[in-house]
Amino acid sequence: MHILIQGGRVIDPAHHIDTVADLFVAVGRIAGLGQPPAGFKAECVIDARSRIVCPGLIDLCARLREPGQEHKATIASETRAAAAGGVTTLVCPPDTDPVIDEPAVVELIRRRAVAAGHARVLALGALTHRLRGERLAEMAALKEAGCVGVGDGGRPIANTRVLRRALEYAATFGLTVFLTPLDPELGFGLVHEGPVATRLGLPGIPAAAETGAIARDLELIRDIGVRVHFGRLSCARSVELVARAQAEGWSVTADVAVHHLHLSEIDLASFDSRCHVRPPLRESRDRDALRTGLASGALGALCSDHQPHEPDAKEAPLGDTEPGISGLDTLLALGLRLARDGVLPLPTLIERLTWGPARILGLDRGHLGVGAPADVCVFDPDAEWRAATLSSRGQNSPFIGWELPGRVTHTLLEGYVVHEV
Amino acid sequence: MSATHIQLDSHGRLLHFLTVEGLTRRHLTDILDTAESLRGVAERRVKKLPTLHGKTVVNLFFEASTRTRTTFELAAKRLSADVLNLNIATSSAVKGESLLDTLRNIEAMQCDMFVVRHEQSGAAEFIARHVKPHIAVLNAGDGRHAHPTQAMLDMFTIRRHKPDFPHLQIAIVGDILHSRVARSLIHALNILGAGEIRVIAPRTLLPAQVETLGARVFYDPGQGLRDVDVVVMLRLQKERMERALLPTEQEFFQRYGLTEDRLALAKPDAIVMHPGPINRGVEIDSRVADGPRSVILEQVTNGIAVRMAIMSITLGNHARPAGGTV
Repeated sequence: MHILIQGGRVIDPAHHIDTVADLFVAVGRIAGLGQPPAGFKAECVIDARSRIVCPGLIDLCARLREPGQEHKATIASETRAAAAGGVTTLVCPPDTDPVIDEPAVVELIRRRAVAAGHARVLALGALTHRLRGERLAEMAALKEAGCVGVGDGGRPIANTRVLRRALEYAATFGLTVFLTPLDPELGFGLVHEGPVATRLGLPGIPAAAETGAIARDLELIRDIGVRVHFGRLSCARSVELVARAQAEGWSVTADVAVHHLHLSEIDLASFDSRCHVRPPLRESRDRDALRTGLASGALGALCSDHQPHEPDAKEAPLGDTEPGISGLDTLLALGLRLARDGVLPLPTLIERLTWGPARILGLDRGHLGVGAPADVCVFDPDAEWRAATLSSRGQNSPFIGWELPGRVTHTLLEGYVVHEV
Repeated sequence: MSATHIQLDSHGRLLHFLTVEGLTRRHLTDILDTAESLRGVAERRVKKLPTLHGKTVVNLFFEASTRTRTTFELAAKRLSADVLNLNIATSSAVKGESLLDTLRNIEAMQCDMFVVRHEQSGAAEFIARHVKPHIAVLNAGDGRHAHPTQAMLDMFTIRRHKPDFPHLQIAIVGDILHSRVARSLIHALNILGAGEIRVIAPRTLLPAQVETLGARVFYDPGQGLRDVDVVVMLRLQKERMERALLPTEQEFFQRYGLTEDRLALAKPDAIVMHPGPINRGVEIDSRVADGPRSVILEQVTNGIAVRMAIMSITLGNHARPAGGTV
């Protein structure tokens, strides 16, 4: 199949390209930019005039709820939502049920995703057996089965000795370790420890629960030299710690969830369970520092931290609800809103959604170089839309009803059109 | 802010009573004045008014509390309502029924008012958002968030002894962190224009940036109690020692317990209050609790009139045709 994506503004941060040009796709790969490759005969033409053409988005953290919580969502339902949002690659953390700590689970996820065919799903393996933080998981076998890294799956390892061993073992096999920086004891609360928690009488999670964990983890990394990625930072001080380690030359990366760049603790003020997330929404100065960190590159990726829920999971007093936002539908649009508001230039934003996460994963994706897999997102940056319902099965989003810029018109996965409006 | 919206109708009248925060001085004085007029009912031979005749009040207690429930029950009965007591802590919630399901079931029994106590902050507001519009919801304590009827009975008690709020200094002593009473009290006192509100506790029992609620922080009762007109002692739960918030009850009593010596720092006519139940020898010495300055039992008596007032006001506002005037 030969596809011509015609007349769009092509933004390919990996190659510093930002130009109006035709993009040629042949047999699942990028075949050329500007000039048609020899023998190219377009069987399908996508009119991309006044649209932006960029690599398909790579989301470093999306919970698809399968296996184990199919009452919330499935790989099929959520990869379809991903395609609608321009996301072509999803990284699934290991806290599924069963946990991704053996090759069979990796294989199951891969098969379900291939069968659905809407987006690529990459699994993170568990760092410890059953994510219990006690014994090491079979990381070498998980790598062989296709895991792109190993992680704590949102259940931080309390035991420093176990964590140190796990980091060493992962380093042996060249695996990147994805950590959730949170001290489990200090992280016991519900919302950011600050004026809103005090007013609402909700147990707080102090910033030190995150910064203390980062400081500890950085000291361990220093000894071992393992590649570590911190997922979903929420505090101003965390950005500082990570940036300093990067300046010192450690292979440390970090990401931020897009809702942390738009919301703060104030949004919880009426016990709004849709804003119940972990890590918690913090103060506006934290939000501003995270924005700056994304622009500077200290935070190398922007992710959805997608967590779809059934309605019941959010229909209770705040403390009895489950944390998380259904974020795949709004990832790009909320990002574009940041670019529109001048937080960062559009090409930089695209970088944090494509090439940035690809580099963190060590993948040859997230760019439009000739020969690369044709994962492409085409969107109309000027289309304003108001989400009434989401494509995801989870409708738990505080952004429903927001006026958002940017509508994805086409998503290509390895040269196949998986979404089109 | 939306908590204030949901408990008020479009004319600013109270439909529910969920939190003191965001209410006006007028709301509070209306309640206090109504309670004043109802206080005499208990002295009559027939202790009943027909105000809520034919109405059904459900005490929906997800957290055990005999005393608060009893005063709500008595208040409803003195207004001639039928009262149903449901102790959910020991029934359906344990079987896994969701709060919404429980609510729908009780709603189906055609009740007019829910008096709710729940261990989760925000539970009363959640319920108010989900009940049918004819039902009034009163918050009888939600997590650490609010206990607005307690705050109102405290205002009532203070006003009877010391009506000049702008010149009052009030100290709240003890476990502020876990106290819904303290939060509601601070809001109510600020709305009524109290001169100075002080909170006195070790740092482990103070919520982060507590001064943002509108209170002055003291770690040392020797300074904090000086020249105050009202001392409110809070109950200290035994679990606080296990959560590493305090070393021992003894040390707490020695440093923060209200003894006669400490009370002597306050104004000579200062009154001593406590939301109950009291821990003798932990936060308060028996000689103070039973002494001449203590108004602790009077608070209990006042609680009935104040709850009668809040019940009549909220259900009265429900009965008005939509769009009517105050």
